[in-house]
Amino acid sequence: MSAVVENHNHDDHHHGPAKGFMRWLTTTNHKDIGTLYLWFSFAMFLLGGAFAMGIRAELFEPGLQLMDPIRYNQLVTMHGLIMVFGAVMPAFVGLANWLIPMQIGAPDMAMPRMNNLSFWLLPVAFTILLSTAFMEGGLPGFGWTFYAPLSTNYPNVAFFVFAVHIMGISSIMGSINVIVTIMNMRAPGMTLMKMPLFVWSWLITAYLLIAVMPVLAGAVTMLLMDAYFGTSFFDAAGGGDPVLFQHIFWFFGHPEVYIMILPAFGITSHIISTFSRKPLFGHASMVYAMVSIAVLSFVVWAHHMFTVGMPLAAELFFMWATMIIAIPTGVKVFNWCATMFKGSITYETPMLFAVAFVVLFTIGGFSGLMLAITPADFQYHDTYFVVAHFHYVLVPGSIFSIMAAVYYWLPKWTGNMYDEKMGRLHFWLSFVGVNVTFFPQHFVGLAGMPRRYADYSLQFAEWNAVSSVGAFLFGLSQLLFLYIVVKTVFAGKKATPQVWDGAEGLEWTVDSPAPYHTFETPPKVNG
Amino acid sequence: MKNKLGLFILYLLSSFASADWLDVNMPVGVTDISQEVFTLHMAIFFVVVAIGVLVFGFLFWSMWRYQKSKNDKPADFKENHKLEILWTVIPTLILVAMAIPASMTLKTIYDHEAEEGGIDIQVIGWQWKWQYKYLDEQVGNKPLSFFSNLTTPPDQYEFNRVEKSENYLLEVDEPIVIPVDTSVRFLITSNDVIHSWYMPDFAVKQDAIPGFINVAKTRVNEPGIYRGNCTELCGERHAYMPIVVKAVTRDEYDAWLQTKRDAAEELAYLTEKEWTVDELMSIGEEIYATRCAACHQADGSGIAGFYPALAGSDIVMNDKARQTEILMEGIRGSQMQSFAEQLNEVEMASVITFTKLSWGNERSGDGEIVLPKDIVEYKENDT
Repeated sequence: MSAVVENHNHDDHHHGPAKGFMRWLTTTNHKDIGTLYLWFSFAMFLLGGAFAMGIRAELFEPGLQLMDPIRYNQLVTMHGLIMVFGAVMPAFVGLANWLIPMQIGAPDMAMPRMNNLSFWLLPVAFTILLSTAFMEGGLPGFGWTFYAPLSTNYPNVAFFVFAVHIMGISSIMGSINVIVTIMNMRAPGMTLMKMPLFVWSWLITAYLLIAVMPVLAGAVTMLLMDAYFGTSFFDAAGGGDPVLFQHIFWFFGHPEVYIMILPAFGITSHIISTFSRKPLFGHASMVYAMVSIAVLSFVVWAHHMFTVGMPLAAELFFMWATMIIAIPTGVKVFNWCATMFKGSITYETPMLFAVAFVVLFTIGGFSGLMLAITPADFQYHDTYFVVAHFHYVLVPGSIFSIMAAVYYWLPKWTGNMYDEKMGRLHFWLSFVGVNVTFFPQHFVGLAGMPRRYADYSLQFAEWNAVSSVGAFLFGLSQLLFLYIVVKTVFAGKKATPQVWDGAEGLEWTVDSPAPYHTFETPPKVNG
Repeated sequence: MKNKLGLFILYLLSSFASADWLDVNMPVGVTDISQEVFTLHMAIFFVVVAIGVLVFGFLFWSMWRYQKSKNDKPADFKENHKLEILWTVIPTLILVAMAIPASMTLKTIYDHEAEEGGIDIQVIGWQWKWQYKYLDEQVGNKPLSFFSNLTTPPDQYEFNRVEKSENYLLEVDEPIVIPVDTSVRFLITSNDVIHSWYMPDFAVKQDAIPGFINVAKTRVNEPGIYRGNCTELCGERHAYMPIVVKAVTRDEYDAWLQTKRDAAEELAYLTEKEWTVDELMSIGEEIYATRCAACHQADGSGIAGFYPALAGSDIVMNDKARQTEILMEGIRGSQMQSFAEQLNEVEMASVITFTKLSWGNERSGDGEIVLPKDIVEYKENDT
């Protein structure tokens, strides 16, 4: 595929990007915007991580050592909000920006100016959210799920609402861009079923985002009305319904958790196939599995609410619907295993992260299956067992996949190879750290330790200490990740266009680093 | 590097050794339902462990067997329909096998009908304490009702100034008392935000939601003291509103009910008694520490943006009528609750007196006191 080396006489080849800060502020280039998203999410990852370190330091032993419970609740809330909306989601959007046009052979995203806006709204939103730290009453402290009526009576809730609105607008614009790009700008010959799985995963994710972000916007708007304009949507004393809030929130919230995992499925599929030097097993069934998971995500939301007192019929429905999700998820895991079977496998850093993703995400899936069993969930619900579960699917799940993606495509982005030894060290430290942090949380959760507790009774002390040690290890290891990435941006062994000998896809046909403009003439996809 | 890693592993091993192994699993509990839930939990656990062993076993074997150094020529198969159908159908069957017993147990749990000889207890969540109302037991002309507050003193949790007691954060001033071998229905609701009433040994966890009454039925098989927590984030002191249930024999339960009735009569006498300032101050100080200090702070300074200061407050210093009204009625839309049910007349008068005569308020304010009979009078005028 050498279509890109044609000669052009277009004007835009004679001027590169603007210099300095203005380049980044005004850029409409998908690669620049992808880079902005990725660095923004990295910064938020470190900030949200710092909050997590505060949480784990306080929980190292029983008693209140470092902060009062108000501050603790603020850390818990901000950790959740920042990691979900600031770290994981923007990281995936950053990857989408970099990769979707290159993987489908398009010159850029379909709507480059909107692309710029959807990024620059994010720093605005987080500035508004974090500005409450300097106000009387401080940061929000009602949990990232902001259940009414706790949140309606909280100080500074309007800033939280406004920030969420802006994040939502940013996500919706980003999603529209992704869908329009994928639907209209694929290279000739690239039919939908021939699309790379990362592109597929993002197409589905984008539809989920468009479907549920308005629901979140509705929830926060009703919250705002209750807090400031005297309505009683969620206030029982005024005839409102606090449970309604949870239904609306989780109707957004459950698809949201798949928004944070579907792109990870796409990434993992690419990496496992590349390093097994073997085509992905079951490309079509991977697509069907992702579509099923996405559709099912709309009918399982109330499994987050088994203890609110729903009628038996509802509990049974949501239990069964939730259990069904295990089937398409299982198919994906089996496909990854079958891809490696009879491959010719090497274990570079991206592959290490991808394999760890498969194993640890599956462990998170197992605990998810346990949580789906309603009678048992009456014991698990809102304990550390849940915390362990969703951190297993989000940290060694989503975040490991993002790290795998960064190591995998970094040579393409920067033109330099990262330091393999350092990369492996980073992997092993993260792997040990993540398990030491989160595995013991299964134990304290089963033994009955509730989540969002600033302080706890003595029988939970040992495992919490272990968990904190693991968290500091994991947290500190991420500084190594920062160092590796920065070092690779500036120096390193030069990367070939192909980078990995088993890699397939259009992005590997262009130079490393990828030129500022790629595929101005669409490549031809055969076969 | 090796040395540090060794130390770290040693630390982990020592933690493993010192941890109480019984505390790493779900409690079996003391009700038929809790035992059924435990069995269900273990069954699902072993199913996922078995799947894990098979899948990860195959994965790890493939990872080892098909390294590039062992297998230079990768295969190029892309799909196998028979296999794919097989690994869709088998998990489906496993899921159905799991769903059946789970649904049966759930159906048992959802039997909320009142039983012959059973008792109904209304459970009301407050920020940050539980109220229990025995709907079938009258004391005077009202149902027996009391509040259950944390008794662990701040010295134990703030900066660990003193050694922690055995039941740190799991101890209350008045546990809920229930008879064993009796059907007990908890009718759970909330006065302010959402709480959740969680008793691991009964496998009961029900959200306490304002405007809703959720039912949890239980029958405890063994006498004993059982401890649980609030499990829905309810604000600042979410971790400080434990639940303690004392399950006793029927005779002990009846005896306990009698002591509650006697205490009510005793109180009627106490409100008539002549009280000295010192007596009021000493009761008031105790009440303030357990009921008020969490928000308004031990030194009455409050927390800016959340809880107003009482030290130097004009209402506290000079307007005892308004202060009484606030304590009796609460302030709607704020976190200040009504204490009319939480404190009896003596306690109410004492704590108001305490705030008026502490932190310099005694010098800057009117220096008056409030007597139990003033509270009785307020209640009479109010109704």
